[in-house]
Amino acid sequence: MKEKIESLIKSNDVFLFMKGDKEQPMCRFSATVVSILNQLETDFETFNVLEDMEMREAVKQYANWPTYPQLYVKGEFVGGCDIIVEMFDKGELESVIKG
Amino acid sequence: MNPVKLATQLIKEKLPDVEIHTTNFPGGGNHEHVGLMVISDAFEGKSLLQQHRMIMDILREALREQIHAVQLKTMTKKEFQEKYQD
Repeated sequence: MKEKIESLIKSNDVFLFMKGDKEQPMCRFSATVVSILNQLETDFETFNVLEDMEMREAVKQYANWPTYPQLYVKGEFVGGCDIIVEMFDKGELESVIKG
Repeated sequence: MNPVKLATQLIKEKLPDVEIHTTNFPGGGNHEHVGLMVISDAFEGKSLLQQHRMIMDILREALREQIHAVQLKTMTKKEFQEKYQD
């Protein structure tokens, strides 16, 4: 599981573990993050944790973070929806992604 | 126990100086989404992620079952005064 998680995180600079997928987010916190990433016009990949119960638990353990969505930028855990919204509002998210 | 009360109680046990403002948003079905504004000087000098991690760690067990989702806003007492008080 850990290798799978790490290879996903490395597969793209911006990686989102979410409920649903880009085209169809299945929870409003995941939808919010997708919408923010779209506004920044950033390229990103996602993994739908609703489709894999094992991964859903394993990813929480890996990040030591109990909720979804979870955003990784350049291999590092950035945070969940609240953090991303606040960073976006301050302009910090764009710097982290593009910096 | 109502999830908002539970979250508040758990946080107050660990952060005695804390001031908490809460809301709960209907989340569909039987689930409630807890909204928490947590104000404490324990957050001084910590990054946003560290501040949120502190609260997530406190709520970890409760998030398995009783609390379905949580929206967090964290800040120090000084930040609260600057942003929200006249």
